[in-house]
Amino acid sequence: MESTILKQEQMPTEQKYKENVVIKNPIEKIESPVLKIDDLSVSYGGDKYAIQNVSAGIAKNKITAIMGPSGCGKSTLLRAINRMHELYPNTHNKGGVYLGDENIYELNPIQLRRKIGMVFQRPNPFPTMSIYDNVIAGFNLNGIKLKRSEKDEIVEKSLREVALWDEVKDALHNRGTFLSGGQQQRLCIARALAYTPDIILLDEPTSALDPIATSKIEDLLVKLKKDFTIVLVTHNMSQAARISDYSMFMYLGELVEYGKTKQMFTTPKDKRTEEYLTGKFG
Amino acid sequence: MNISTEISDRKMKQRLLKDKIFTNAMIFLAFLSGVPLFLILYQLAIKGYRQLNISFFFEEAPDTMEAMIAVANNEVIPGGIANGIVGTLIIVGLASLIAIPIGIICGTYLAENAEGKFAGLVRFIVDMLQGVPSIVLGVIGYIWIVKPVTNGFSALAGSVALSIMMLPSIVRSTEETLKMIPGTLKEAALSLGVPYHKVILKVILPTGISGILTGVILGISRIAGETAPLMLTALGSTVINTNITEPSSAVPLLVWEFYNDPNLVNMIWSASLFLLLLILGLNLSAKAIARKWKVQY
Repeated sequence: MESTILKQEQMPTEQKYKENVVIKNPIEKIESPVLKIDDLSVSYGGDKYAIQNVSAGIAKNKITAIMGPSGCGKSTLLRAINRMHELYPNTHNKGGVYLGDENIYELNPIQLRRKIGMVFQRPNPFPTMSIYDNVIAGFNLNGIKLKRSEKDEIVEKSLREVALWDEVKDALHNRGTFLSGGQQQRLCIARALAYTPDIILLDEPTSALDPIATSKIEDLLVKLKKDFTIVLVTHNMSQAARISDYSMFMYLGELVEYGKTKQMFTTPKDKRTEEYLTGKFG
Repeated sequence: MNISTEISDRKMKQRLLKDKIFTNAMIFLAFLSGVPLFLILYQLAIKGYRQLNISFFFEEAPDTMEAMIAVANNEVIPGGIANGIVGTLIIVGLASLIAIPIGIICGTYLAENAEGKFAGLVRFIVDMLQGVPSIVLGVIGYIWIVKPVTNGFSALAGSVALSIMMLPSIVRSTEETLKMIPGTLKEAALSLGVPYHKVILKVILPTGISGILTGVILGISRIAGETAPLMLTALGSTVINTNITEPSSAVPLLVWEFYNDPNLVNMIWSASLFLLLLILGLNLSAKAIARKWKVQY
């Protein structure tokens, strides 16, 4: 019985689909969010939820950082936004995530991921492909035919956006895996950008990089937000403080606090946030 | 408690001596296992080099009379093993055409579903298949193809028997190779909205190409020298035959035939040498590919 009720709840009615989605108990009101997370719970199997009842709007053309100690569910939340968490078997969710007025759980994950790109913790360029082919991989692998000149343009534009063009323009047809870690990560960002997604998700993109490469990526993200909406998972608080506009603090699967980064770092509302930010745990 | 941890000089010397003997024994035995290959090569080369001329590669096997006259006159036996070479190429090539796609797809499935029950069962069966005696595969080729399909001995039947034989090596090498590829690559492709089949075909398999090819070549080299299954399927042929529904010769079959004909015994050495060099060459190229085509990730 319970499961059928649950299913009915999950299925948005026709009306809900058409009208603007109203988020239940939003912690932070975001003006015209590009993405709305609505009472989302995600489980990797069984009754235990990795994140529970998370509601939040993601602001357009801003950087939103998700912070929290290990195992708090920040990566799960990020992956639930482009349904990468479904790669694990037995996952199930409650609630929804809305891109515009569409519930992403009703979209085909393939279409969805073309709108929401992702960059991972460890740089992962395709090892069999050249730098050029890596950038254009989203098109090539999806069977989208482009003229040579169009490809050239996309590759140059994307590599310029990640400030990698000058470093690699003479070696475009070399393997991407010969680049340094930081360059590889910028290549991976370029690969995600080339497809011009609405949102880019980054899962601790600098945790495998040295400080110089990290600061380059941070500068880059700040520049990129004028064209893209960026959601960033980090367990580096100072990184969140440096570059994000909004911050979420998650603890034990719960979204504890969500607000403007400045305000959260100066006057946190929740005691747990304060303790985390002052290094008492985490 | 009064346990002495002192070791007397004499005992210490004994221990060092034992170590030395043990180490040297290891080196000697390691050397010993490398020796047979060279002895075999030496034996075959000494006895077979005279037969290795142009006609050896381009002419069909001689008949008994020709060979007898040549031996009596102390000449090189005329003719060659071209019917065997062509037969081996066709039979092994066809077996590869059957086994490679099935093996790679199966290995990919096993790697992608490491934990699955069905995959576990398939993995177990493939391992068992590896242990099936080759003569039994010959019997199977006979029952499946020779009798019902080609109505007689045929190269096709030989290919089917050999394809079953090479399957396990391809499946397992594909599986092992793909398991080593970091999952982040798959995530990267999926996060670009690439459909699963393209992720596998265009990202995962090309990344594992060196390991997969190595397995394929080792599989080929394993079946190229097989005789028993072919005796019951391809049978043998004295002429070059390119029709796969007809009986066909193969190099190992020729060695067997030469052995059975006193006048042709001298041809054994050259044919064996050729077969051995072919298989050594395949193994060396497998090693070279594994090294050179290795994809860094």
